[in-house]
Amino acid sequence: MNLYAIQAIYRYEMARTRRTLLQSIVAPVISTSLYFIVFGAAIGARMTAIDGVTYGAFIVPGLVMLSLLTQSISNASFGIYFPRFVGTIYEILSAPVSGVEVVIGYVGAAASKSILLGLIILATATLFVPLRIEHPLFMVLFLVLTAATFSLFGFVIGIWADNFEKLQVVPLIIVTPLTFLGGSFYSIDMLPHPWREVALFNPVVYLVSGFRWSFYGKGDVAVGVSLSMTLVFLALCLAAVIAIFRTGYRLKK
Amino acid sequence: MLLSASPPKAVVTAEPIVCVANLSKTYASGFKALDAVNLEIRRGEIFALLGPNGAGKTTLISIICGIVNASEGAITADGHDIKRDYRAARAKIGLVPQELTTDTFETVWNTLRLSRGLFGKPADPAYLEQVLRDVALWDRRDARIMTLSGGMKRRVMIAKALSHEPIILFLDEPTAGVDVELRRDMWRMVRRLRESGVTIILTTHYIEEAEELADRIGVINNGKLVLVEEKDVLMRKLGKKQLTLTLQAPIERLPESLAAYAFELSPDRRELIYTYDTVDGSHGIRPLLHALDAAGLAYKDVETKRSSLEEIFVDIVRERS
Ligand SMILES: Nc1ncnc2c1ncn2[C@@H]1O[C@H](COP(=O)(O)OP(=O)(O)O)[C@@H](O)[C@H]1O
Ligand SMILES: [Mg+2]
Repeated sequence: MNLYAIQAIYRYEMARTRRTLLQSIVAPVISTSLYFIVFGAAIGARMTAIDGVTYGAFIVPGLVMLSLLTQSISNASFGIYFPRFVGTIYEILSAPVSGVEVVIGYVGAAASKSILLGLIILATATLFVPLRIEHPLFMVLFLVLTAATFSLFGFVIGIWADNFEKLQVVPLIIVTPLTFLGGSFYSIDMLPHPWREVALFNPVVYLVSGFRWSFYGKGDVAVGVSLSMTLVFLALCLAAVIAIFRTGYRLKK
Repeated sequence: MLLSASPPKAVVTAEPIVCVANLSKTYASGFKALDAVNLEIRRGEIFALLGPNGAGKTTLISIICGIVNASEGAITADGHDIKRDYRAARAKIGLVPQELTTDTFETVWNTLRLSRGLFGKPADPAYLEQVLRDVALWDRRDARIMTLSGGMKRRVMIAKALSHEPIILFLDEPTAGVDVELRRDMWRMVRRLRESGVTIILTTHYIEEAEELADRIGVINNGKLVLVEEKDVLMRKLGKKQLTLTLQAPIERLPESLAAYAFELSPDRRELIYTYDTVDGSHGIRPLLHALDAAGLAYKDVETKRSSLEEIFVDIVRERS
């Protein structure tokens, strides 16, 4: 294991965050605050509590997930796409590092950033709504697993994309709709008959449900199901990344 | 200098530091960029890979460094197979690619630290400082790379390549598009590196560069390694240089005292043309100029030129076929 390489990539990527602090941390915090003001305070005041949780508090786990997903994907995809785009990837390809080490470095940094962001958003949320976390360990577990999974997913996108448009298209066309329809703002129990079943095909439902369970002890699906599905997604993304390095796909000519 | 443990031949040969065997590369487009290349680089030498654009120089270097996959063939670096034993092989190699590709938003120091770490070395600020001083960038260590000039960026790339103390350094067209002064600086740097024990493989399409720096020269054309030769031997083969002296006044014929030198008088009788060998010391220019002075011939201009690289390639290729 080339630990120095992992550490070097990780530090370098984290330094990039400090440089782009506004874009990486401040912007998501502002947008999440807006959600709280609009949905939590303005609309939530007129909504009945769901499962005994006020609407403002109900949307907190979903909002954190929303940021976690989009930020993990954009951090990780950009992190590996940028060196490919400017050509500095030559150094990684010529270094004595294995694919696993590269992934740990890049994905680890991307995931760390989004976990940090998730925690900041949680802290922001406490300014607007009273927060209760029933299963803190599970909360952290879901936070870490989701960040890792979607950072891996972002890494795959960053390698697949060969222009900036493609880099944005997957998050925009697939991930954002899935997160909005994934029960961030409502319980899927509230959906009418066929849509409830359709929603179960949306992977984000399981993530949000499990995460919300860790807060309020209640989710759309059983927590075991959420956890298993999260692990399945993680395994799928891992398999994709391993395949990329096995074949040199899009990295080596 | 490392010697092979039991030389098979009577002569003791240095074990090659890079060994390329039967290397071929066909790109996905179907283009065959390398065709059965065999090459051995000696420990401690400066090897110049000389060839026109598109000859396959970058492809060859990229395969050795692990950036491009070979289609066929095997390579070892310092005895390590670059595929099976890629960690050990790559740790020995530094690469300065042809293109200036740097992370423009980062500082010089941070990119250097990344490079060293990537190659599996623990942080060593003192060593990196030395590297930066050697390439005259120490006072720019905290500058973002985008604020540097082209020549400085190239030196950043060199510093990055040296950051992990490689014993083999590849320089892909280190002086392409570089002005004369920077080229001289680069040459000095390359020589210094070699003195410190680093084996250097550089590509170039300037014959002067190969002549100036290299111990041995390989000529590559259309993906084939046409020949590999000691520079001195090759330079002799590469033919002749012409010295043209423009006289103050036209002369009728050559003075007797210059008969020993194979001068030619131009048709307009204003120029003396002397064709000589670049390597063979016996035809030194200095005694010749003395002889001219002694003969009382005044000249107002001196020019030397040699056959162009194209002509040389044509010659070599014709000679080989
Ligand atoms: N990725 C690629 N796909 C197809 N052909 C390529 C690729 N890279 C280089 N080539 C071709 O291979 C040949 C050798 O290229 P290169 O090794 O860069 O030459 P040199 O460095 O000697 O100028 C050129 O004809 C070039 O067009
Ligand atoms: Mg080239």
